[in-house]
Parts: sequence; C-alpha cells; structure tokens
Amino acid sequence: MSSMKRRTSLKVLCAAAAVMMAGGALADDPLKIGFVYVSPIGDAGWTYQHEQGRQAMQEALGAKVESKYIEDVPEGGESERVIRQFAADGYGLVFTTSFGYMNPTLKVAKRYPKVAFEHATGYKSAKNVGTYVARFYEGRYLAGIVAGGMTKTNVAGYVAAFPIPEVVRGINAFTQGMRSVNPDAEVKVIWTSSWFDPGRESEAADVLIAQGADVVTHHTDSTAVVQAAEEKGVWAVGYHSDMSSYGPKAQLTAVRHHWGDFYTKTAQQVLDGTWKSENVWGGIKEGMIDIAPLNEAVPEDLVKQMAAAEAGIRDGTLHPFQGPVKNQAGEIIIPEGEVMTDDQMVKMEYYVEGVQGNLPD
Amino acid sequence: MRIRIEPRAQPSRLMGWLSPLLAVVLTLVTGFLFSAFLGMNPVDAFHAFFVAPVDDLYGLGELGVKAAPLALIAVGLAIGFRSNVWNIGAEGQLTFGALVGGGVALWAYEMEGAWILPAMILAGALGGMAWASIPAFLRTRFNTNEILVSLMLNYVALLCLSYLVHGPWRDPEGFNFPESRLFSESAMLPVILEDTRLHAGALLALVAVGLGWVFVKKSFIGYQMQVAGLADTAARYAGFNRKRMIWMGLLIGGAAAGIAGLCEVAGPIGQLLPSVSPGYGYAAIIVAFVGRLHPVGILLASLLMSLLYLGGESAQMELGLPSAVTGVFQGVLLFYLLAADLFINFRIRGATPQGLRSPSKPAEASS
Repeated sequence: MSSMKRRTSLKVLCAAAAVMMAGGALADDPLKIGFVYVSPIGDAGWTYQHEQGRQAMQEALGAKVESKYIEDVPEGGESERVIRQFAADGYGLVFTTSFGYMNPTLKVAKRYPKVAFEHATGYKSAKNVGTYVARFYEGRYLAGIVAGGMTKTNVAGYVAAFPIPEVVRGINAFTQGMRSVNPDAEVKVIWTSSWFDPGRESEAADVLIAQGADVVTHHTDSTAVVQAAEEKGVWAVGYHSDMSSYGPKAQLTAVRHHWGDFYTKTAQQVLDGTWKSENVWGGIKEGMIDIAPLNEAVPEDLVKQMAAAEAGIRDGTLHPFQGPVKNQAGEIIIPEGEVMTDDQMVKMEYYVEGVQGNLPD
Repeated sequence: MRIRIEPRAQPSRLMGWLSPLLAVVLTLVTGFLFSAFLGMNPVDAFHAFFVAPVDDLYGLGELGVKAAPLALIAVGLAIGFRSNVWNIGAEGQLTFGALVGGGVALWAYEMEGAWILPAMILAGALGGMAWASIPAFLRTRFNTNEILVSLMLNYVALLCLSYLVHGPWRDPEGFNFPESRLFSESAMLPVILEDTRLHAGALLALVAVGLGWVFVKKSFIGYQMQVAGLADTAARYAGFNRKRMIWMGLLIGGAAAGIAGLCEVAGPIGQLLPSVSPGYGYAAIIVAFVGRLHPVGILLASLLMSLLYLGGESAQMELGLPSAVTGVFQGVLLFYLLAADLFINFRIRGATPQGLRSPSKPAEASS
C-alpha cells in the first residue's frame, strides 16, 4: 500500500517536473520549426515558394521561433528519418511540403503525439497532423481568362506532370477561364510523368506550340516552359513563382503560391497552445494564391475582366466551376445555378469541355 | 627535386591496408580547409557529419537501414564485376524485384500467413533475375554490350512500376494519387531492433555477404569467374564456359538487387510508389569498387556510404549547410578513396637531378 502511494507521489512529482520544464521551455526557448523540402530551393518553383514562406514567418515572429529546413529529401522511405529527426530534436512544429511525405509524416506523428505536424497536399490527417493546400484552381481560372483573351489561334498548350486530381483540376479551371471569355478556346495537354524534368518540359512545350498553341502553361516545377515560349515568341503563364525574368516578353502572368501567412498563423497558434489539426484549403481570399502582375501587352478591357473575376472569387459570387459545367462528352456535370462542392473537386477525374485528348488512367 | 611515379614490381600489401586510412586523413584535411573557408568550426562540422548521425540507437538502426540494400546489391554486382560482366542495371533490377515482390503483397492484401513474406522475397529475387536475364540473353546470343542494355532497362523498369501505380495498382481509396495500398502487416518485414526501423532485410544482407564470400573464395565457378576476369584468354584456354559465367554474373546481381528492392518496399516504405529507390542501384556500384569487390570490404564500404548520406542530412540540420555542400564532402571522400589506390600498384620516388645524384662523381658536381 505504502509503496503504491510512494509510486503515485513519485508520478505526481515527475509530472509536476515535466510541466515545469515544459512551462520553462515555453517561456524561454523559441519554438523550433522544421521544414522538409522535396527539391533544392533554387530560384523559382514549388520549394522556392515554401522557402519564401518560411522566411516570411521567421521575419514576422522573430526571436519567438527558430526554423530550419532540409532540402532535396526524396519522397517515400527516406523522408521518415528526416521528419523523425526534427521531432526527436525537440521541434514543436514540422511542415512536410510534398505529397509523398504523407504516410511517413503520419508514422512519425504517431510516435511523437506532442509535436504538431502540417502536411501539404495530402488527404490523410490525424490528431496532431493537419493538412494544407491552396485553391490553385482559382488562380488557374484567372490566368485562363487572360490566356483566352490573348490567344489568336484559340489553342492553349498545357504541360502537366501527373494526372492526379490537383493537376486535372488546374487544367479544367484554366479551360473554364479561357472559355468564359472565348467559347472557341481549346486546351491541349502533354504529360511528362515527372515534377521536374526541364528537358522534357521544354520539348513538350515545343510540340504544343508546333500544334498551334500560342499560349503555353505548365504544372511542373521548372521554368522550362516559360523559357521555351520566350524563344518561340508565344505567350506563357508561369506557375508557382513569378517567372517573368525567364520570359520577360512571353509571360502574360503567373499563378503564385504564398505560404507565409499560413506558416506565421500556424506557428503563432502553436506558440499560443491553440493549434488544432485542420484541413486548410485557402485561396485568393486567404492570400494563398494570387496572380503576378500582368504583361503590358494585355489590353485594358481584358485586365478589367480579369480583375472583376478576381473580385468575384474573393467575395464568393464567382466560382470557377459554377454551373453549367460540362464534361468532354457535353454532359452536364454541374447544372445551372449550382457550384461544385469541395468533395466533388477533390475527386476530379475527368476533363471538362474544351480540353482535348483523353485523360490517361 | 622532381617527383616520379613508378610502377611497383608487386602490388604493395602494406599500401593495400594504408590507402583507405590515407584517404580518410586527406578527407579530414580537405574538410578542415573547406569548413574553415566556409567560416564553420571544423570540429562542429565533423561532429555533425560523422558522430551526430549515429550517436543513438535509432541512428545506428538508420545506418543499417541504408547500408543493407547497398551491401546486398554490391555483393551481387561484385561477383559479375570480378569476371568482367558489367551490370550497370541494378537500379532497374531492384525496381523490377520490388514490383514483382510488391505485386505478391498486393495480391495477398489482408491475407494472413507465414508464407507471404518468403513468397514475396522469392518473387523479388525472381523479378530481379528476370530483368537481368534480358542483358544476359542479348549478350550471350547477339554479343550486345551489357553495359548499355542493362543501363537502359533501368528506365524501362521505372516506367513499368510507374504505369502500375498510376493505373491498375493504384490505391482505390487514394484519390487517384499514384500510390498502391499500404501492405498488410503480414507482408511487412519484421523490425529486428526495437524503436528503430532496422528490419530483417539487414540480416538478409549479412547472409548475402557470407554467401558472397563462400562463392568467391570456395566455389569452383567463383574461381573460374575470377580467372576469366583477370585473364580472359587463359580462361578460354582452360575451357571455362564464358556464356555460363555471363549468365551467372548477371543473374546473381539481379537476384540480389531484386531482393534489396523487395526489402525496401516491405520495410521502410510499406507500399509501392512511383519510385522505390533513392539510387541504391547506382550507389552500389561505387560501394562495390570502394570495397574492392571483396564481400567484407563491401560491407564496410556500404556502412561508410550510409554514414556519409546520414551525415549529409545531419549537417543540413545542425549547420544549415545546403545539400550541395554535403554532396561535395561525399565526393571528396570517394575521390580520395579511389585515388589512394594508386599507391598499391605505384610508388612515388623523389628523383634528384642526375648530376647531383651520384656521390661517385664529385668533380662534376663541383664544376
């Protein structure tokens, strides 16, 4: 009996000590935040935007946080060690910024229930794993409006990596945007089966241009498509980052990602102890997506049209997939007066009317 | 004084042992200069690179997790390399082994049974062998170059896997993302060290090292293959069957790589992904040569490569070095390791100018 009591009191003591230590840590030490990047940072692209976000967060929160990153971490089994290392080293918040980190993040999170994890673009979450992604399609729709107004051949080319819903959604939104101002516009797609392969992206852009596309865009990580457009003298829409330095004449605009506000807000929540696992899907309104400054060649009325659409998306009166939305066969998927739900968008596995070719399985 | 490099009459046994040490010392010196140049404390840098990654049990486990596939593949490759069979396709054989073995795991989804894992390992080995048999057949039948054929097949294997995980084998609950289902518990290799990721694949790698040693040192075919590697005409004169050796060299390499691939998907990964290897099949070629094509050397070399890789991550985390700098460190060590081997077959002589050399001609020297 007495030994049990002693054990209990020991436990209480330990718990008290732990609380004190934790409290002390909160008061004195900065919150350590880790970032796992899938590619080298470079000077444009997916990882570059995340690094911009990390720096913005670091600047906003100053000495309250201390952040580190590891770049070029392969997806799959390798990443688990890196993620775990952050958790084991006393990091309180870890951002894993690529889809392929999903299962490793969940595995590590199970072992470190006190650490908060945020995984980008995935679909699995847990008590201490939140997910975040941007409504890239909103930016795609706006860029589509600009492309639709500028094209003379009524054909746009789209270099895309993998036929996953996120990418297909971007193609469809771009097409919807184009056809909202130019009902004859069509979009041709070439798949590269790689997120980063400048050679193949450049070749794909050349093929699309040869097939009559006078606007090209891409859902891949390099700047190759914009550069190819600059060389061939056609228009381009950049993605992830503003790529105008790679195509000063060619770039009409770019769909930019901004993670800084989200990172700052999340870190502040962890600091305050109010963080909860959520599925964040932020768009134009939340500032996660925006449109880079338009090319000077874009005429005034098209600029106004785009700005009106942007305002509409911002205040919720316009949705890139508002009825009637038709699939390639011309069947109505979303009837007049309705908009597509998030659930429907998450599972988008078809092309809308105006996209040419078949979606690969 | 000039310096001359001249061949030794006999390879130096002493230098055989000393050259790796020399390489390490040179790397330390270069690393010291390099980190001083970057404004870092060299002691911190070396701690981050070589100590921090393995200063706990988990780190040691990770060392094994990375070294196991490297050792397994390199032991298999070395057997071919010793007989001048240049299999550069271990990456593809690994991928195909993972594909076939992982296919068994997906087929046995939610089944129970002790037979599942052995069946997967067997399937992995057969997958790797099947992929390696293509260059073997083309080489023995049409005398094609196995370097090119095996290398090119790496890309084909990757595309086969990519097709399957994008299409028929995609996780039905996975929102179209290119990944298979997670394997069931009975299709996963058991962890052999608690609280780490070290899995039974590490034991397979050790068994392979043992078998590789027996094959090279004790078996007749191993002896024949070595003779063929050292002196092809002598082997032919002795009537050794060259075709048989090519088949053996490629199939053994393929089986080892296939098992390594299966161990990756049934170990740390736990599902099929569009890419299942961070380049183990290529790194294993370096490991085989740094280990001098000897099974024990390969074991040590695989641990070294693994440590270099972990050190690179740890240096990024502790010192904030970009990943490119860690690549430089790794390259420097590998360069010195291979360069120091020069001293096994050559020696450096300080050669003084002719006139001053001989004390028997004092008159010339004074004139």
